[in-house]
Amino acid sequence: MSEYTKPLPRPTATSRPFWDAAKRHELMLQRCRVCNRFIYYPRDRCPNCLSDRLEWQKVSGRGTLYSYTIVRRAATRSFADKPYVLAIVELDEGPRMTTNLEAPVDHIKIGMPVVAYFDDVTPDHTLVKFRPA
Amino acid sequence: MSLKRKAAAIGIAEVKPWKEPPPDLTPLKLMAQLTAQVLDDAGLEKKDLDGFLVGMPFADPGMLYPASACEVLGINPRMLNVVDIGGATPAGMIWRAAAAIDAGMCRAVLCIVADLNKLGDQRVPVVSVQREFESPYGNIGANCGYAMIAHRHMYEYGTKPEQMAKIAVDQRTNALRNPLATFNDKPLTIEDVLNSRMIVDPLHLFEIVSPCSGGAAVIVASPEIAKRAKNPPVWLLGAGEYSNHASITYAPSLTDSPIKPAADLAFEMAGVERKDIDLVCPYDCYTITVLITLEDAGFCKKGQGGPFVMEHNLTYAGDFPCNTHGGQLSFGQPGLGGGMSHVTEAIRQLMGRGDQRQVRNAALAYVNGNGGIMSEQVSLILERRA
Ligand SMILES: [Zn+2]
Repeated sequence: MSEYTKPLPRPTATSRPFWDAAKRHELMLQRCRVCNRFIYYPRDRCPNCLSDRLEWQKVSGRGTLYSYTIVRRAATRSFADKPYVLAIVELDEGPRMTTNLEAPVDHIKIGMPVVAYFDDVTPDHTLVKFRPA
Repeated sequence: MSLKRKAAAIGIAEVKPWKEPPPDLTPLKLMAQLTAQVLDDAGLEKKDLDGFLVGMPFADPGMLYPASACEVLGINPRMLNVVDIGGATPAGMIWRAAAAIDAGMCRAVLCIVADLNKLGDQRVPVVSVQREFESPYGNIGANCGYAMIAHRHMYEYGTKPEQMAKIAVDQRTNALRNPLATFNDKPLTIEDVLNSRMIVDPLHLFEIVSPCSGGAAVIVASPEIAKRAKNPPVWLLGAGEYSNHASITYAPSLTDSPIKPAADLAFEMAGVERKDIDLVCPYDCYTITVLITLEDAGFCKKGQGGPFVMEHNLTYAGDFPCNTHGGQLSFGQPGLGGGMSHVTEAIRQLMGRGDQRQVRNAALAYVNGNGGIMSEQVSLILERRA
């Protein structure tokens, strides 16, 4: 198996629960206990109301494709091996995520339902990606 | 509080961008050259400069940058700052300079950017949202963000690739009359653009700005200095700035940009209507950037940018002159000098120095500066008083 050479996330104290959940193949988001909003990416305080009363909740992993591009010429060498689909997914719980979409190119349509899957890119790192629901 | 006619641009300097810069060129060396040029253009002496706004060069960043640059240039400023709002930096400098002048802190502010197309020692934090939540998925560089904006615009409004391409085509016609433009040797057709290599769907190579090296400078001065200046002063009539995200993923919308509030503020301050504008100089890192700017700045209805650019002639001789220097798409993007090219072109036109591409009777210009992935926006309205 060839070595994984793309950039990897380095979890912080704030974000570690998100990445630990991904390793367990679960999608977890922070939710503000004051204004009830879901938050992505992880923060120390709610970006809506600045409360620090945040809790982690498991979410459905379901959403819709908000937009995408097929990157044919990557900006960095680590992604230059082959074209890939970069996407923004709007989760059913509200927040949007930057991610990758695994789907045949001619089947991709903005607005299509998608569902999360978990890509164990290294033994220590799992990325949250999506495919058509 | 208003900055209307509180300060004027009185001098500009710009170099032709280099694809490959001379080996001994540094950002500071270029700043020294631009400072000499812009003082000569404005008819001022170095001792007249008492404000210094500078963009941080990617090729040679450093701490306490403004003082280091001023020491090299021999300028003793009463205000010195790095302005750091990406491509909106140059437009942002203009109103900051006017505000400092209006507050009585300065009388003549040098706004300057210079950079080389290479990365120096970057003090990028290892732990960052970009590195943790964007880079692992390949959201790296600006191309992908603008491609996703373009796709979403096509989805919401039915915008077509040929409509976006038309922007690059008309701007190239303008560039043919700009000796400083990087791409000024042959015209483009819509077919040329659509047949150029697909880089990030739906954006083709000729819809994407080309990085290069270079720089530009503008002097903004008080009314007293402006009145005895060598050039006809170009007054700041209105300005607005706004930002609502950093990564495009977390923007409230991909298609409604923060340009709208910035432009509304600028027009309100200026007290003029969209129809009064004689030329527009919208930031154009990509074709889609121009299309969304024309919508959000209110020159056409939301979603109608595509039909609008097809119905209008965007050349210097047309009914809606747009980026008469060729835009960055044809001029090139010498770092922050790309953003400054819209400012210098508007000033040049309003001073009546457009030469072969002069817009007839140009008296009012709209400029927009755009930073990051539609993140930081600065709109300016500039005026040549009759
Ligand atoms: Zn909250």
